[in-house]
Amino acid sequence: MTTNLASPPTTGIQLSGLTKTFRTPDGPVQAVRGVDFSIAPGETVALLGPNGAGKTTTIDMMLGLLPPDSGTVSVFGMTPEDAIKAGAVGGMLQTGGVIQYLTVRELITMVASLYPKPLGVDEVIALTGVGDLANRKTNKLSGGQTQRLRFAIALVSNPDLLVLDEPTVALDVEARREFWTTMRAFVSRGKTVVFATHYLEEADAYADRIILMANGRIVADGPATEIKAAVGTRTIRATLPQADLAAIAALPGVTNVDTRGAAVVINCSDSDAALRALLAAFPQAHDIEVTGAGLEEAFLQLTADADPEITKEIEAR
Amino acid sequence: MSTLTYTRFELLRTLRNRQTFIFTVAFPVVMYFLLASPNKNNHNFGGDANTHTGLFAPQYYMVGLLSFGAMVAVLSGGARIAAERTIGWNRQLRLTPLSAIGYLRTKLVTSYVMALATIVLLYAAGIVMGVRLPLVNWLEMTGLIILALIPFAALGIGMGHLLNDDAAGGAIGGGVGLFAFLGGTWFPITGGGLFVSFCQSLPSYWLVQAGHVGLGASSPWGAKAWFVIAVWSVATISFATWAYRRDTKRV
Repeated sequence: MTTNLASPPTTGIQLSGLTKTFRTPDGPVQAVRGVDFSIAPGETVALLGPNGAGKTTTIDMMLGLLPPDSGTVSVFGMTPEDAIKAGAVGGMLQTGGVIQYLTVRELITMVASLYPKPLGVDEVIALTGVGDLANRKTNKLSGGQTQRLRFAIALVSNPDLLVLDEPTVALDVEARREFWTTMRAFVSRGKTVVFATHYLEEADAYADRIILMANGRIVADGPATEIKAAVGTRTIRATLPQADLAAIAALPGVTNVDTRGAAVVINCSDSDAALRALLAAFPQAHDIEVTGAGLEEAFLQLTADADPEITKEIEAR
Repeated sequence: MSTLTYTRFELLRTLRNRQTFIFTVAFPVVMYFLLASPNKNNHNFGGDANTHTGLFAPQYYMVGLLSFGAMVAVLSGGARIAAERTIGWNRQLRLTPLSAIGYLRTKLVTSYVMALATIVLLYAAGIVMGVRLPLVNWLEMTGLIILALIPFAALGIGMGHLLNDDAAGGAIGGGVGLFAFLGGTWFPITGGGLFVSFCQSLPSYWLVQAGHVGLGASSPWGAKAWFVIAVWSVATISFATWAYRRDTKRV
């Protein structure tokens, strides 16, 4: 034991200039292409992005499970390895089963014994709602139950930094809500939490801050409300021959407008207001569709001006 | 922080695995009774009217089968590492303060406890079949067996870090079979020639011989035995270290 964190840490997490390229049979893949961010102690941060954005690679480097090609990681002023040795880190990784021939309670007890200041096993069992499974063998659990056990394993370490890589993937709606209720109780103890997700709603509802990733880079970083407004746009598509584009662009709630043949495509910050105004001004508009922008479209909008290379790559998919 | 609780649960879950128990403990004991019973009055095992081997068949098979069971026990430790890697449990463990040394120590302790369980059970079975030795021989034999198991324990750990779950099972099963066969587990390896010299360069040969110390001068555990075990130990520990480093760098 080198360091023991008796009180909550004052320095947070710093990632600077991280890059990682994997060699694959199809040639090198640049999974992470220069990622920088800092997280203050006590912050809850979502890493949001589509599959292949580089979230898991970034998390693996943050945890010291994967050496970066370049760049540095500092966790509470230490290397990830030292922070882990000090018992300051708990994690729920994206892949990973649990070992067999132990009961749920035994496995949680075993993991707790490896940490310097674990939570009580009974407390964690109650927190994560695995009480009715406590005496069941780990190989007799469903996918969702295993996920809850993995969460219990991550929590029992009582870490200052909790890292969760797509923690709710195997959970149904009800279990998902319970999971985040438990998380909130844990965060209220002053813990730092980083979680990866590809659900905008989840990032918006449970993070203070969202770091948006696409193609190995950060494309936006800010308070959850701000990012949601930026990516949560809707598009109105309507057939409207010889439309007056300038007049449409001036309508309330409209960000920009474009034509596709006889149709207009209107990107909106407030699609309700835009649609009302559109129908009032152009009653001849028909075949109207309103669609929510998916994450990938949102990334296109966010990155179109900033980085044509990324745009090209996303479009190529 | 100690790894006592961790080791205790690792042992518990190894003992609860019925398949491990069957192959490392039950199988050698059952085989022993099958092989030793028909020969239980044979005091010249592997010999004939002209050659006197001095081998008492029940003792010979006791040593052979406990060598086999103990080899399976320590090599299976490697298969358990491979299984943990395959499901990603080792990544979870790397987020805990458990050190690499602590992890390997627990795996070794677990393997050796299983091996000792096999050894003690076969001693008991041997006594039932009429094997009688002075206490000092039992102890000497046990000590040498523990030493001669080192290369197999290291080999298991190395393969556990190098191979995936499926391949490790096959490699370890095949390895045990070959080492046991060429080490004289199933029939005595005697005489001279290239084949015997080759067998004598294997650690399993000396593992079996370790069990023969009670027989006196007919099978000494001399300088050659120490040399072979030392060379194999250095080689397999180097291999295990290399495989471990390679594995943890990449995962």
